[in-house]
Amino acid sequence: MESRKLLKSGEFLVSSTEAADVFIPEEFSEEQKMIAQTCSDFLETEVMPRMNDLEKCDRVLMKNILRKSGELGMMGISIPEEYGGFGQDFITQMLVAETTGAGASFSVAFMAHCGIGTLPVMYYGNEDQRQRYVTKLATGELIGAYCLTEPGAGSDANAGKTGATLSDDGKHYIINGQKMWITNAGFADTLVVFAKIDNDRVLSAFIIETAYPGVVIGADEHKMGIKGSSTAQIYFNDVRVPVENLLGKRGEGFRIALSILHMGRIKLGANVLGAAKKAINDSVKYANERKQFGVLISSFGAIKQKLAEQVVRLFASESAVYRVSKDIDDLMNSYKSEYSDKGRAAIDAISHYAVEAALLKVAGSEMLDFVVDEAVQIHGGMGYSAEMDVERAYRDSRINRIFEGTNEINRLLVSDTAMKRAMKGDFDLFGEAEKLFAGIEKLNDGKKEGESWHDEKKRYLENFKKLTLICMHGAVKKFEKRLVHEQEVMNNIANMMMETYLSESLALRVEKLESIKGELPVYRDILDVNIWETACLVRTEAMDAACAFASPEMLPVLSRAAEELSRVSFVNVKDARRRIADKLIEDNSWKF
Amino acid sequence: MKIVVCISNVPDTTTRIKFLEGNASIDTSGIQWVINPWDELSLTRALELRDDPASGVKTVTVAHAGPASSEPTIRKALAIGADDAIRVNCEPADAFFTASQLAAAISKEGFDIIICGIESSDFNGSAVGGMISEFLGIPSVSSVSGLSIENGAPVFTREIDGGRESLKVPVPCVAIVQKGIAKEPRIASMRGIMAARTKPVRVYETVDTDCLTEIAGFEKPAPGAACKYIDPDDPARLIELLQNEARVI
Repeated sequence: MESRKLLKSGEFLVSSTEAADVFIPEEFSEEQKMIAQTCSDFLETEVMPRMNDLEKCDRVLMKNILRKSGELGMMGISIPEEYGGFGQDFITQMLVAETTGAGASFSVAFMAHCGIGTLPVMYYGNEDQRQRYVTKLATGELIGAYCLTEPGAGSDANAGKTGATLSDDGKHYIINGQKMWITNAGFADTLVVFAKIDNDRVLSAFIIETAYPGVVIGADEHKMGIKGSSTAQIYFNDVRVPVENLLGKRGEGFRIALSILHMGRIKLGANVLGAAKKAINDSVKYANERKQFGVLISSFGAIKQKLAEQVVRLFASESAVYRVSKDIDDLMNSYKSEYSDKGRAAIDAISHYAVEAALLKVAGSEMLDFVVDEAVQIHGGMGYSAEMDVERAYRDSRINRIFEGTNEINRLLVSDTAMKRAMKGDFDLFGEAEKLFAGIEKLNDGKKEGESWHDEKKRYLENFKKLTLICMHGAVKKFEKRLVHEQEVMNNIANMMMETYLSESLALRVEKLESIKGELPVYRDILDVNIWETACLVRTEAMDAACAFASPEMLPVLSRAAEELSRVSFVNVKDARRRIADKLIEDNSWKF
Repeated sequence: MKIVVCISNVPDTTTRIKFLEGNASIDTSGIQWVINPWDELSLTRALELRDDPASGVKTVTVAHAGPASSEPTIRKALAIGADDAIRVNCEPADAFFTASQLAAAISKEGFDIIICGIESSDFNGSAVGGMISEFLGIPSVSSVSGLSIENGAPVFTREIDGGRESLKVPVPCVAIVQKGIAKEPRIASMRGIMAARTKPVRVYETVDTDCLTEIAGFEKPAPGAACKYIDPDDPARLIELLQNEARVI
């Protein structure tokens, strides 16, 4: 069988993808489902019954629960077997991230340990470091944390002041400095710490054991949400770190930090799915029990609209998450045949998809915020009561737009990285854009007589991409190198890219699903509603951007092009949403 | 000592059951299948005994009568820790048919203790365990809530009115167990899931047996009447409703 063409990060803007080539969640193997079930069972039996105690930030309890998840093998999913893990593929890693996402604060502690607390050592550590630390991090014998942020270095991570100097005998680095917002700080055994050696311009990374003299853990922060996870400052006062604990090469810290953040972002995109599914389940169960005016509130159109919109947004995010997971798996496999080091092959494949990682992080965190907000609203007054899970979910959700790089930074990354990759020659973005711009006056919606339902959707998506490219071209022409400072326009472009990628992923999923199961009306409704919303959004974003970069003479031309390229068939979204909600209401839980 | 736990493949307990036209069969589309909860607890207790070297239990097998599509449920049992599995390749029809198929397969392999959940959460027939013992001509104990091994022999505990009863039974025997046999079902570990890939599942073809019953139809219970909440400080309202609306006093 001919192997599929693997798109580079951001290349989706100028390429099409076959439905047969994408992975969809309906294709999970029985083993993957079993792994997910283990994670769900663990949450149900070990985490949720103790949530009230966890919410009091009980460090001992959280560490014990984390250890139990390690004993069950949940922490070893991403770790190769030779280091005590189970060497699962990236799709399975994302499924575990998704499933544990329903675990509120536990999920944050677990993901921080398995991801940023463990994987820097797995991906960048040498054999000795992997044997000493990864084998124990993979089983929960050690708990890990990641120390990058400082009081004066948040989004600008390279501005950190924590310093390292080599001791006179050359055996230790002496670390001094302060880190903040450190997840798992209260009970971590090992830390991946970023610091500058001497007066280096760039960061280096170190593995520091919290038992080393001079490591001081602060009190836990009082946070809005995820109260059960320990978040504290860590101070390093003349901490002597063996030189063997320098992670990677001197000066490689920034690269490590960025790569790990790409990984953290993409996994956050999966993690929020689990939290959103729980909030939707809570919403529909409540709506199916609560009566007002003598009838269940799930029978009201206003409630159905909320439930359906929760479903549509989650379904789109989910489609995109597993689509890119397969791309990463394929790239990882190709790198593994080239690289001698499996760890580097894995992180390089993940880092390659930087555009999609940032995009999924932003889209997923904002999807979750929407879902939990509507979950509270569906619960009415009860949603405001701390007795209900949705109240906690509402507070817990908010951090997702802030950590792993704020959504503001990540939005800029979406558009900026795609353009940079194109300039580097990964794919021809500007040539395509220029051609479109040159023929802008003749552009139309490209409607063809007799096109199939799926072909019609593909045409819309091609048009959305064309409109995005036109905006990119216009913005680059107008602002040139100053474009990076026109963050609002960069955001317009990022939003168009993000919604188009999600819609395309959703369309590919529905097409593939129908090729297996035949026509699925409710899934078509989901896609219809989503495409309708994306069309409205890309038109607005395109014109927002155009007004910033185009001359008064060009604006009517761009406006007409935006109108043509965002034109979609009329959809009775009210009825479509009702049908989507009716399935959810009938099933009484997420069974899409 | 060898234990076999009979497992049934049932819809997840949160499933909203729908019937196909004619109301004589269940619409299985979209159903998530799981191990019958009573069987899952039985398996947990059997594994606890196997993991205790003092018990003398060497292996735990799971036995299931069902089509190949029920293999995921069998693999789940293997992932939880069963050593191997038996599947009788059939479409289970009624309790008599299922028990006869399981008994035939079990008798070919030979086990000391045969454990069955007291009922399955789908049809709640509570008949298979007793029928297996009859087919095999061996003793059975029903409503077992405790199982231990003392001096190489099983000791079953039963809850009886006002106390407990302990029974010693010669092997081979059938234990028909209820909840309480184990605290919580075991969660499949990642290692267990990986190991389940290669654990043996022996497939037997059916033996000739008649079905003694035929499902004539299913009927859902009538929807419950709406619940009325009454202010605890207003007992007069409660009395009025009980007298005039419910007409029970």
